[in-house]
Amino acid sequence: MPQKISPRKIKIDQQDIPFSEGQSIMEAAEQAGVYIPHLCHKAGYKAHGSCRLCTVKASGRWVSACTEPAEVGLQVENNSSELQSQRRAIVQLLFAEGNHHCPFCEKSGNCQLQAVAYSLDMHDAHFAHQFPHRTLDASHPEVLLDRDRCIQCELCVRASKEHDKKNVFALSGRGPHTQLIVNSESGKLKDSEIEKDDEAIKVCPTGALMNRSKPFSVPIGQRQFDNIPIDQQSTGKSGNNEAQP
Amino acid sequence: MTQKIRLATCSLAGCFGCHMSFLDIDEALISVADIVEFDRSPITDIKHVTNCDIGLIEGGICNSDNIEVLKEFREQCKILVAVGACAITGGVPALRNHFELKECLEEVYLKGKGVVNPQIPSDEELPLLTEKVYPIHEVVKIDYSLPGCPPPADAFMELITAIKQNREPKLEYALRHFD
Repeated sequence: MPQKISPRKIKIDQQDIPFSEGQSIMEAAEQAGVYIPHLCHKAGYKAHGSCRLCTVKASGRWVSACTEPAEVGLQVENNSSELQSQRRAIVQLLFAEGNHHCPFCEKSGNCQLQAVAYSLDMHDAHFAHQFPHRTLDASHPEVLLDRDRCIQCELCVRASKEHDKKNVFALSGRGPHTQLIVNSESGKLKDSEIEKDDEAIKVCPTGALMNRSKPFSVPIGQRQFDNIPIDQQSTGKSGNNEAQP
Repeated sequence: MTQKIRLATCSLAGCFGCHMSFLDIDEALISVADIVEFDRSPITDIKHVTNCDIGLIEGGICNSDNIEVLKEFREQCKILVAVGACAITGGVPALRNHFELKECLEEVYLKGKGVVNPQIPSDEELPLLTEKVYPIHEVVKIDYSLPGCPPPADAFMELITAIKQNREPKLEYALRHFD
Protein backbone atom coordinates (compact mmCIF):
# COMPACT_ATOMS: atom_id res chain seq x y z
CA MET A 1 0.00 0.00 0.00
CA PRO A 2 1.55 3.32 -1.08
CA GLN A 3 2.42 5.66 1.77
CA LYS A 4 0.21 8.74 1.88
CA ILE A 5 2.29 11.88 1.30
CA SER A 6 1.03 14.89 3.20
CA PRO A 7 0.77 18.00 1.02
CA ARG A 8 3.44 20.67 1.33
CA LYS A 9 2.02 23.67 3.17
CA ILE A 10 2.81 27.18 4.31
CA LYS A 11 0.74 29.20 6.74
CA ILE A 12 -0.62 32.58 5.66
CA ASP A 13 -2.22 34.47 8.55
CA GLN A 14 -2.65 31.17 10.43
CA GLN A 15 -4.36 29.51 7.45
CA ASP A 16 -2.81 26.37 5.93
CA ILE A 17 -2.02 26.95 2.25
CA PRO A 18 -0.82 24.02 0.12
CA PHE A 19 1.80 24.63 -2.56
CA SER A 20 3.73 22.72 -5.18
CA GLU A 21 7.45 22.67 -5.74
CA GLY A 22 8.72 25.89 -7.34
CA GLN A 23 5.71 28.05 -6.49
CA SER A 24 6.15 31.47 -4.92
CA ILE A 25 4.20 32.59 -1.84
CA MET A 26 2.04 34.68 -4.20
CA GLU A 27 1.28 31.74 -6.50
CA ALA A 28 0.35 29.52 -3.58
CA ALA A 29 -1.87 32.28 -2.14
CA GLU A 30 -3.62 32.91 -5.45
CA GLN A 31 -4.25 29.23 -5.95
CA ALA A 32 -5.91 29.10 -2.53
CA GLY A 33 -7.93 32.28 -3.15
CA VAL A 34 -5.99 34.38 -0.65
CA TYR A 35 -5.46 37.96 -1.82
CA ILE A 36 -2.07 39.59 -1.41
CA PRO A 37 -2.12 43.17 -2.83
CA HIS A 38 0.04 43.53 -5.93
CA LEU A 39 0.48 45.61 -9.07
CA CYS A 40 3.57 44.40 -10.98
CA HIS A 41 2.70 40.73 -10.58
CA LYS A 42 0.47 38.86 -12.98
CA ALA A 43 -0.17 35.14 -13.10
CA GLY A 44 1.61 33.58 -16.05
CA TYR A 45 4.41 36.14 -16.16
CA LYS A 46 7.85 35.98 -14.65
CA ALA A 47 7.92 37.71 -11.26
CA HIS A 48 9.28 41.24 -11.28
CA GLY A 49 9.32 42.14 -7.58
CA SER A 50 9.45 45.87 -8.20
CA CYS A 51 6.25 47.40 -6.83
CA ARG A 52 6.85 45.91 -3.33
CA LEU A 53 3.12 46.02 -2.65
CA CYS A 54 3.07 42.27 -2.01
CA THR A 55 5.64 42.57 0.77
CA VAL A 56 4.79 40.08 3.51
CA LYS A 57 6.60 38.94 6.65
CA ALA A 58 7.77 35.36 6.06
CA SER A 59 9.06 33.78 9.27
CA GLY A 60 9.98 37.27 10.48
CA ARG A 61 11.69 38.49 7.28
CA TRP A 62 10.32 41.13 4.92
CA VAL A 63 10.05 39.58 1.45
CA SER A 64 8.05 40.21 -1.69
CA ALA A 65 5.52 37.39 -1.99
CA CYS A 66 5.84 37.24 -5.78
CA THR A 67 9.57 36.45 -5.73
CA GLU A 68 9.93 34.44 -2.52
CA PRO A 69 9.64 30.66 -2.99
CA ALA A 70 7.15 28.88 -0.74
CA GLU A 71 8.87 26.48 1.63
CA VAL A 72 7.44 23.90 4.00
CA GLY A 73 6.58 25.43 7.35
CA LEU A 74 6.93 29.06 6.28
CA GLN A 75 4.82 31.34 8.52
CA VAL A 76 3.56 34.24 6.44
CA GLU A 77 1.99 37.41 7.83
CA ASN A 78 -0.09 39.11 5.15
CA ASN A 79 -3.20 40.93 6.29
CA SER A 80 -1.83 42.79 9.33
CA SER A 81 -2.49 46.45 10.08
CA GLU A 82 1.26 47.13 9.93
CA LEU A 83 1.64 45.65 6.44
CA GLN A 84 -1.57 47.24 5.17
CA SER A 85 -0.40 50.62 6.43
CA GLN A 86 2.95 50.25 4.67
CA ARG A 87 1.22 49.14 1.47
CA ARG A 88 -1.04 52.19 1.67
CA ALA A 89 2.07 54.38 1.89
CA ILE A 90 3.51 52.69 -1.23
CA VAL A 91 0.31 53.37 -3.18
CA GLN A 92 0.23 56.96 -1.89
CA LEU A 93 3.79 57.41 -3.18
CA LEU A 94 2.75 56.05 -6.59
CA PHE A 95 -0.10 58.56 -6.74
CA ALA A 96 2.15 61.43 -5.61
CA GLU A 97 4.94 60.71 -8.10
CA GLY A 98 2.72 60.36 -11.18
CA ASN A 99 -0.11 62.42 -12.62
CA HIS A 100 -3.14 60.32 -11.80
CA HIS A 101 -6.23 62.39 -12.60
CA CYS A 102 -8.92 59.88 -11.69
CA PRO A 103 -11.96 62.15 -12.25
CA PHE A 104 -11.35 62.33 -16.01
CA CYS A 105 -9.28 59.22 -16.71
CA GLU A 106 -10.83 56.68 -19.12
CA LYS A 107 -9.52 53.84 -16.96
CA SER A 108 -11.18 55.09 -13.78
CA GLY A 109 -13.32 52.37 -12.23
CA ASN A 110 -11.38 49.69 -14.08
CA CYS A 111 -7.94 50.72 -12.81
CA GLN A 112 -5.98 48.39 -10.57
CA LEU A 113 -3.92 51.16 -9.01
CA GLN A 114 -7.13 52.92 -7.99
CA ALA A 115 -8.74 49.65 -6.88
CA VAL A 116 -5.78 48.81 -4.65
CA ALA A 117 -6.00 52.31 -3.16
CA TYR A 118 -9.72 51.79 -2.43
CA SER A 119 -9.03 48.38 -0.95
CA LEU A 120 -6.33 49.81 1.35
CA ASP A 121 -8.72 52.55 2.53
CA MET A 122 -6.57 55.31 1.04
CA HIS A 123 -8.33 58.68 1.03
CA ASP A 124 -5.48 60.94 -0.15
CA ALA A 125 -1.89 60.79 -1.37
CA HIS A 126 -0.50 62.19 1.93
CA PHE A 127 2.86 63.09 0.31
CA ALA A 128 3.64 66.19 -1.78
CA HIS A 129 2.56 65.71 -5.38
CA GLN A 130 5.47 65.84 -7.80
CA PHE A 131 3.49 66.82 -10.94
CA PRO A 132 6.23 65.36 -13.18
CA HIS A 133 6.48 66.47 -16.80
CA ARG A 134 5.91 63.37 -18.91
CA THR A 135 5.10 63.01 -22.58
CA LEU A 136 1.99 61.54 -24.14
CA ASP A 137 2.15 59.37 -27.24
CA ALA A 138 -1.12 59.71 -29.14
CA SER A 139 0.51 59.03 -32.52
CA HIS A 140 -1.18 55.66 -33.00
CA PRO A 141 -4.80 55.71 -34.20
CA GLU A 142 -5.82 52.78 -31.98
CA VAL A 143 -3.44 52.74 -29.02
CA LEU A 144 -2.69 55.46 -26.47
CA LEU A 145 0.41 55.71 -24.29
CA ASP A 146 -0.08 58.19 -21.44
CA ARG A 147 3.13 58.19 -19.41
CA ASP A 148 1.46 60.31 -16.70
CA ARG A 149 -0.34 57.15 -15.60
CA CYS A 150 2.60 54.75 -15.91
CA ILE A 151 3.79 53.12 -12.67
CA GLN A 152 6.71 51.39 -14.40
CA CYS A 153 5.66 47.87 -13.45
CA GLU A 154 7.08 46.54 -16.73
CA LEU A 155 4.06 44.28 -17.29
CA CYS A 156 3.74 45.64 -20.84
CA VAL A 157 7.46 45.07 -21.40
CA ARG A 158 7.11 41.45 -20.33
CA ALA A 159 3.83 40.89 -22.20
CA SER A 160 5.18 42.36 -25.42
CA LYS A 161 8.27 40.16 -25.24
CA GLU A 162 6.89 36.95 -23.81
CA HIS A 163 3.32 36.91 -25.15
CA ASP A 164 3.13 39.15 -28.21
CA LYS A 165 6.72 38.28 -29.32
CA LYS A 166 7.23 41.88 -30.40
CA ASN A 167 9.48 43.62 -27.87
CA VAL A 168 7.75 47.00 -28.28
CA PHE A 169 8.47 48.46 -24.82
CA ALA A 170 11.34 49.04 -22.40
CA LEU A 171 12.13 51.21 -19.41
CA SER A 172 14.83 53.80 -19.93
CA GLY A 173 16.59 56.28 -17.63
CA ARG A 174 17.19 56.23 -13.90
CA GLY A 175 15.34 57.24 -10.75
CA PRO A 176 12.70 59.91 -11.30
CA HIS A 177 13.76 60.15 -14.96
CA THR A 178 12.78 56.56 -15.69
CA GLN A 179 10.21 56.32 -18.44
CA LEU A 180 8.59 53.83 -20.75
CA ILE A 181 10.11 53.99 -24.22
CA VAL A 182 8.85 52.56 -27.51
CA ASN A 183 10.94 50.41 -29.78
CA SER A 184 10.60 52.14 -33.15
CA GLU A 185 12.84 54.37 -35.21
CA SER A 186 10.88 57.51 -34.31
CA GLY A 187 10.24 56.33 -30.73
CA LYS A 188 6.52 56.70 -31.48
CA LEU A 189 3.82 54.07 -31.20
CA LYS A 190 2.64 54.68 -34.77
CA ASP A 191 5.94 53.35 -36.15
CA SER A 192 6.07 50.36 -33.78
CA GLU A 193 4.60 46.88 -34.20
CA ILE A 194 1.90 47.50 -31.56
CA GLU A 195 -1.68 46.48 -32.41
CA LYS A 196 -4.83 47.28 -30.47
CA ASP A 197 -5.47 43.72 -29.30
CA ASP A 198 -1.95 43.10 -28.03
CA GLU A 199 -1.57 41.58 -24.59
CA ALA A 200 0.85 44.39 -23.74
CA ILE A 201 -2.12 46.78 -23.67
CA LYS A 202 -4.47 44.46 -21.80
CA VAL A 203 -2.03 43.83 -18.95
CA CYS A 204 -1.53 47.50 -18.06
CA PRO A 205 -2.84 47.88 -14.49
CA THR A 206 -3.47 51.62 -14.99
CA GLY A 207 -4.59 53.71 -17.96
CA ALA A 208 -1.05 54.20 -19.27
CA LEU A 209 -1.64 51.91 -22.25
CA MET A 210 -5.15 51.86 -23.62
CA ASN A 211 -7.07 50.74 -26.64
CA ARG A 212 -8.57 53.99 -27.94
CA SER A 213 -11.61 52.49 -29.58
CA LYS A 214 -14.17 52.63 -26.74
CA PRO A 215 -13.32 55.18 -24.06
CA PHE A 216 -15.91 55.60 -21.28
CA SER A 217 -18.00 52.79 -22.78
CA VAL A 218 -19.02 51.32 -19.40
CA PRO A 219 -21.25 53.58 -17.29
CA ILE A 220 -20.29 54.56 -13.74
CA GLY A 221 -21.72 51.98 -11.38
CA GLN A 222 -21.03 49.06 -13.73
CA ARG A 223 -17.25 49.27 -13.95
CA GLN A 224 -15.08 46.50 -12.56
CA PHE A 225 -14.22 48.05 -9.20
CA ASP A 226 -17.28 50.27 -8.66
CA ASN A 227 -18.98 47.94 -6.20
CA ILE A 228 -16.74 44.99 -5.38
CA PRO A 229 -13.28 45.59 -3.89
CA ILE A 230 -10.32 44.08 -5.73
CA ASP A 231 -9.48 41.93 -2.70
CA GLN A 232 -12.83 40.20 -3.07
CA GLN A 233 -12.64 39.59 -6.81
CA SER A 234 -8.99 39.21 -7.69
CA THR A 235 -7.41 35.98 -6.57
CA GLY A 236 -5.41 35.98 -9.82
CA LYS A 237 -7.02 32.75 -10.89
CA SER A 238 -8.40 34.43 -13.98
CA GLY A 239 -5.09 36.23 -14.51
CA ASN A 240 -7.07 39.04 -16.07
CA ASN A 241 -5.95 42.62 -15.60
CA GLU A 242 -8.50 43.90 -18.05
CA ALA A 243 -11.78 45.47 -17.09
CA GLN A 244 -14.77 43.19 -17.28
CA PRO A 245 -17.27 44.35 -19.89
CA MET B 1 -21.46 67.24 21.90
CA THR B 2 -24.79 68.73 22.96
CA GLN B 3 -24.45 72.11 21.29
CA LYS B 4 -24.84 72.51 17.55
CA ILE B 5 -21.73 71.83 15.47
CA ARG B 6 -20.37 75.02 13.99
CA LEU B 7 -19.50 74.36 10.36
CA ALA B 8 -17.80 76.56 7.77
CA THR B 9 -17.26 75.79 4.09
CA CYS B 10 -15.48 77.44 1.19
CA SER B 11 -14.43 76.77 -2.36
CA LEU B 12 -10.86 77.71 -3.32
CA ALA B 13 -9.68 76.55 -6.77
CA GLY B 14 -12.80 74.44 -7.18
CA CYS B 15 -16.01 74.43 -9.21
CA PHE B 16 -18.56 74.35 -6.34
CA GLY B 17 -19.48 70.82 -7.44
CA CYS B 18 -18.58 69.52 -3.96
CA HIS B 19 -20.91 72.10 -2.40
CA MET B 20 -23.64 70.93 -4.78
CA SER B 21 -23.02 67.35 -3.67
CA PHE B 22 -23.29 68.44 -0.03
CA LEU B 23 -26.68 69.97 -0.81
CA ASP B 24 -27.54 66.68 -2.50
CA ILE B 25 -28.26 65.13 0.92
CA ASP B 26 -31.76 66.34 0.06
CA GLU B 27 -34.30 66.11 2.88
CA ALA B 28 -31.51 65.14 5.30
CA LEU B 29 -30.66 68.85 5.20
CA ILE B 30 -33.49 69.32 7.69
CA SER B 31 -31.92 66.94 10.20
CA VAL B 32 -28.47 68.45 9.50
CA ALA B 33 -29.90 71.87 10.30
CA ASP B 34 -30.89 70.46 13.72
CA ILE B 35 -27.30 69.61 14.59
CA VAL B 36 -25.31 72.09 12.50
CA GLU B 37 -24.97 75.84 12.58
CA PHE B 38 -23.38 77.34 9.48
CA ASP B 39 -20.65 79.92 9.82
CA ARG B 40 -18.78 81.22 6.75
CA SER B 41 -20.14 79.46 3.68
CA PRO B 42 -21.60 80.34 0.27
CA ILE B 43 -24.87 79.30 1.94
CA THR B 44 -24.70 82.13 4.52
CA ASP B 45 -22.54 84.66 2.68
CA ILE B 46 -20.60 85.33 5.91
CA LYS B 47 -17.19 86.62 4.80
CA HIS B 48 -14.87 85.40 7.56
CA VAL B 49 -14.73 82.16 9.50
CA THR B 50 -14.76 82.28 13.31
CA ASN B 51 -14.30 79.54 15.89
CA CYS B 52 -15.76 76.47 14.16
CA ASP B 53 -15.81 72.75 14.85
CA ILE B 54 -15.51 71.71 11.22
CA GLY B 55 -14.12 73.47 8.15
CA LEU B 56 -14.85 71.93 4.77
CA ILE B 57 -12.43 73.02 2.05
CA GLU B 58 -13.28 72.46 -1.59
CA GLY B 59 -10.64 73.11 -4.26
CA GLY B 60 -6.87 73.41 -4.26
CA ILE B 61 -4.55 76.38 -3.96
CA CYS B 62 -4.03 78.52 -7.06
CA ASN B 63 -3.55 82.06 -5.72
CA SER B 64 -2.57 84.17 -2.70
CA ASP B 65 -6.18 84.65 -1.61
CA ASN B 66 -6.65 80.86 -1.45
CA ILE B 67 -3.67 80.62 0.92
CA GLU B 68 -5.01 83.41 3.13
CA VAL B 69 -8.48 81.84 3.35
CA LEU B 70 -7.07 78.37 3.96
CA LYS B 71 -4.83 79.58 6.80
CA GLU B 72 -7.76 81.43 8.36
CA PHE B 73 -9.81 78.23 8.23
CA ARG B 74 -6.96 76.26 9.82
CA GLU B 75 -6.69 78.77 12.65
CA GLN B 76 -10.42 78.90 13.29
CA CYS B 77 -11.48 75.25 12.79
CA LYS B 78 -10.84 72.37 15.15
CA ILE B 79 -11.23 69.85 12.34
CA LEU B 80 -10.25 70.73 8.79
CA VAL B 81 -11.43 68.50 5.95
CA ALA B 82 -10.16 68.34 2.37
CA VAL B 83 -13.27 67.85 0.28
CA GLY B 84 -13.02 66.42 -3.22
CA ALA B 85 -10.34 65.69 -5.80
CA CYS B 86 -9.17 69.30 -6.28
CA ALA B 87 -8.53 69.89 -2.57
CA ILE B 88 -6.84 66.51 -2.27
CA THR B 89 -4.79 66.37 -5.50
CA GLY B 90 -5.05 69.79 -7.17
CA GLY B 91 -7.50 68.28 -9.68
CA VAL B 92 -8.31 69.88 -13.01
CA PRO B 93 -6.73 73.28 -12.14
CA ALA B 94 -3.44 71.43 -11.48
CA LEU B 95 -3.26 70.58 -15.18
CA ARG B 96 -1.65 74.00 -15.55
CA ASN B 97 1.32 72.65 -13.56
CA HIS B 98 2.59 71.18 -16.81
CA PHE B 99 3.14 74.71 -18.13
CA GLU B 100 4.95 77.80 -16.88
CA LEU B 101 2.61 80.35 -15.30
CA LYS B 102 3.86 82.94 -17.81
CA GLU B 103 2.85 80.66 -20.69
CA CYS B 104 -0.65 80.27 -19.24
CA LEU B 105 -1.16 84.02 -18.77
CA GLU B 106 0.14 84.79 -22.26
CA GLU B 107 -2.09 82.16 -23.81
CA VAL B 108 -5.19 83.53 -22.12
CA TYR B 109 -4.62 87.30 -22.12
CA LEU B 110 -2.27 87.95 -25.05
CA LYS B 111 -2.55 85.23 -27.67
CA GLY B 112 -6.05 83.88 -27.02
CA LYS B 113 -8.68 83.96 -29.74
CA GLY B 114 -10.92 87.03 -29.62
CA VAL B 115 -8.74 88.92 -27.11
CA VAL B 116 -9.28 92.68 -27.37
CA ASN B 117 -6.67 95.09 -25.96
CA PRO B 118 -4.29 92.29 -24.96
CA GLN B 119 -2.64 92.77 -21.56
CA ILE B 120 -1.86 90.63 -18.56
CA PRO B 121 -3.99 91.83 -15.58
CA SER B 122 -1.91 93.37 -12.81
CA ASP B 123 -4.43 95.24 -10.65
CA GLU B 124 -3.43 95.15 -6.98
CA GLU B 125 -6.99 94.07 -6.11
CA LEU B 126 -6.38 90.80 -7.92
CA PRO B 127 -4.77 87.96 -5.95
CA LEU B 128 -1.43 86.82 -7.34
CA LEU B 129 -1.43 83.39 -8.93
CA THR B 130 0.84 80.76 -7.39
CA GLU B 131 3.50 79.26 -9.67
CA LYS B 132 1.81 75.87 -9.34
CA VAL B 133 -1.57 74.62 -8.14
CA TYR B 134 -1.22 72.72 -4.85
CA PRO B 135 -3.35 70.26 -2.92
CA ILE B 136 -4.29 71.88 0.39
CA HIS B 137 -2.44 69.35 2.57
CA GLU B 138 0.79 70.83 1.21
CA VAL B 139 -0.07 74.19 2.80
CA VAL B 140 -1.80 73.38 6.12
CA LYS B 141 -2.44 70.31 8.25
CA ILE B 142 -5.56 68.43 7.19
CA ASP B 143 -7.47 66.14 9.54
CA TYR B 144 -9.68 64.19 7.12
CA SER B 145 -10.19 63.84 3.38
CA LEU B 146 -13.42 63.10 1.53
CA PRO B 147 -12.32 61.76 -1.86
CA GLY B 148 -14.39 61.95 -5.03
CA CYS B 149 -15.33 64.30 -7.81
CA PRO B 150 -17.51 65.17 -6.06
CA PRO B 151 -17.63 63.15 -2.82
CA PRO B 152 -21.05 61.48 -2.50
CA ALA B 153 -23.67 63.22 -0.34
CA ASP B 154 -23.54 60.27 2.06
CA ALA B 155 -19.84 60.94 2.70
CA PHE B 156 -20.72 64.41 4.03
CA MET B 157 -23.42 62.88 6.22
CA GLU B 158 -21.04 60.27 7.61
CA LEU B 159 -18.44 62.94 8.40
CA ILE B 160 -20.86 65.21 10.22
CA THR B 161 -22.64 62.37 12.01
CA ALA B 162 -19.36 60.83 13.18
CA ILE B 163 -18.06 64.11 14.54
CA LYS B 164 -21.36 64.74 16.27
CA GLN B 165 -21.10 61.29 17.86
CA ASN B 166 -17.45 61.80 18.85
CA ARG B 167 -16.17 58.91 16.72
CA GLU B 168 -13.83 58.55 13.75
CA PRO B 169 -15.57 58.92 10.36
CA LYS B 170 -15.67 55.62 8.47
CA LEU B 171 -16.02 55.82 4.71
CA GLU B 172 -17.57 52.65 3.34
CA TYR B 173 -16.26 51.29 0.02
CA ALA B 174 -18.82 53.17 -2.08
CA LEU B 175 -17.92 56.45 -0.35
CA ARG B 176 -14.19 56.41 -1.07
CA HIS B 177 -14.04 56.54 -4.86
CA PHE B 178 -11.73 59.00 -6.60
CA ASP B 179 -14.08 59.99 -9.45
